[in-house]
Amino acid sequence: MIENVDLGMVNWARGQFALTAMYHWLFVPLTLGLSWIIAFYHTIYVKTGSEEWKRLTKFWMKLFGINFAIGVATGIILEFEFGTNWSNYSWMVGDIFGAPLAIEGIIAFFLEATFFAVMFFGWNRVSKGFHLFATWMVAAGSSLSAVWILVANAWMQYPVGQAFNPETARFEMQNFAEVAFSPYAINKFTHATSSSMLIGALFVISISSWYLLRGRHVLMAKRSIVVAATLGLFASVFTIFNGDESAYEIAQVQPMKLAAFEGLYEGQKNAGLVAFGIINREKKVYDDRDAFSFQIHIPGMLSLMANRSFGSFVPGMKDLVYGNAEYNILGSAQKMDRGKKAVASLDAYKKAKKADDQAAADVHLATFNTYKDYLGYGYLQKPEEAVPPVALSFNAFHVMIFLGTLFPLIFIGYLYFSLKGTLVEKKWLLGFGTITYILGMIATQAGWIVAEVGRQPWTIQGLLPVTVARTNLTTGTVQTTFFMFLVLFTLLLIAEITIMVKQVNIGPEEN
Amino acid sequence: MNEQSNSQTGLLKRIYHFYRDGFRQMTLGRTLWKIIFIKLFIMFAVLKFFFFPDFLATNFATDKQRADYVIEQLTPSAQGYTNPVQGE
Repeated sequence: MIENVDLGMVNWARGQFALTAMYHWLFVPLTLGLSWIIAFYHTIYVKTGSEEWKRLTKFWMKLFGINFAIGVATGIILEFEFGTNWSNYSWMVGDIFGAPLAIEGIIAFFLEATFFAVMFFGWNRVSKGFHLFATWMVAAGSSLSAVWILVANAWMQYPVGQAFNPETARFEMQNFAEVAFSPYAINKFTHATSSSMLIGALFVISISSWYLLRGRHVLMAKRSIVVAATLGLFASVFTIFNGDESAYEIAQVQPMKLAAFEGLYEGQKNAGLVAFGIINREKKVYDDRDAFSFQIHIPGMLSLMANRSFGSFVPGMKDLVYGNAEYNILGSAQKMDRGKKAVASLDAYKKAKKADDQAAADVHLATFNTYKDYLGYGYLQKPEEAVPPVALSFNAFHVMIFLGTLFPLIFIGYLYFSLKGTLVEKKWLLGFGTITYILGMIATQAGWIVAEVGRQPWTIQGLLPVTVARTNLTTGTVQTTFFMFLVLFTLLLIAEITIMVKQVNIGPEEN
Repeated sequence: MNEQSNSQTGLLKRIYHFYRDGFRQMTLGRTLWKIIFIKLFIMFAVLKFFFFPDFLATNFATDKQRADYVIEQLTPSAQGYTNPVQGE
């Protein structure tokens, strides 16, 4: 029963999921992004017939293989956790995600098993055209394998195309297209894949810069940089645009999340976007303390981002918690009232069914259907619980934005000096370039913190809080597996870094 | 008919040789495959088997029982506990 839930368990399970997802995401963006860059290198080799491009392609392919091998199947652990730690959630969404995720797994496996082998073993053994086709298919397959998990994540943030069935306790899919092609899902997929290409480009730039600083493999490094910086520039600009589109979507369907990103407690017209700020960690939604100890903001930009209009009103956390009649905003307190009616009518429905009283069951079902959109609020104890951790959301969001704005400038710098032929002389840029991959990983991890911490306390937005989504386990059980994963993933990361560093030191094969 | 069968056998042989030779010529790949197999063994034979049972599949025999259990979890009076995920 919920009253008896060990609350420590929920937080340990959340921590374990975050740990697993973040470790998994160390490998995934590099696999997604580098596969496309390699496809371009391979294409240039096939077009030019140059042995140098072949050597270059094989080198990056080898590093790609290392990352893929270490990272493969790390995401499966998330599925283990669903069944063990999050069994209520897992049961409730099984109808929506079960089959597509299984199909995705099978298709990805066969695509990868077939074309991976051709890509790695195919040199001089299959035709150049088929070999190149296999490389492109690996890139396409890598991105395709991310589709459904991102659709699933988008659905949890914006649960469209479903209806809750109180008989089966499941959210059942009513409209496949609404789920698969929701604007939230499309934005999430484009943002994740374009930012991954950006990560792949930064990886190439970091290693190539290191070679240039040491005067090793100079031609290969220069060529690698030109292609990677070009693709990285396109990817980073695209990522900014679809990131902006994501922010607009969030403003429409998760306004609390956007308010937390910006530390916006009081709603404002012509709201400014914080360019830089030090947020007050002590501030609560119910007090009048200052939200920032220091901030610089750009007037009107948040309104523009949220509503596509400079003068428009952006609700703050106080409006969303306590309501704002002027702007017709329902507060969490009012939503909780409706949610509790949904929970109570669900309970009464269950009892009427058990007593075989169909007439009463119909009445309670009708009441439930009236309030079901607020079901999740019925499990909150205080309206303030609808506010996510503000400081973490704010800081992660601004780190992501800052780095996301910096990356195109880095690519432009690399392209400019490459075209001028003076890149090798720009030691400061090359020195900075060697750490850009780490900055990329920080940005992409911050992106997931933004997405997942910002939506708390919900597992499914407005419908299922994390406290109800969990399994009723003891804290000790989850703590044990948490530390096991920490050890396992750290060993894998050490293996990845060790093998990768060794191969980078060895460099490309000589002709 | 025989020609078709022979050509199919030939194709299968070529695919088999392609994979066999590819695996034989691997150098770094051998280490990576070892890592993959050790990792999969730890994940499926140890973690999944001993530490990550599917809670509902393990504790209930039918989908009806599972649904009833989850509904039970959703419908108690949700009073008396505090959400640990609340804002700062």
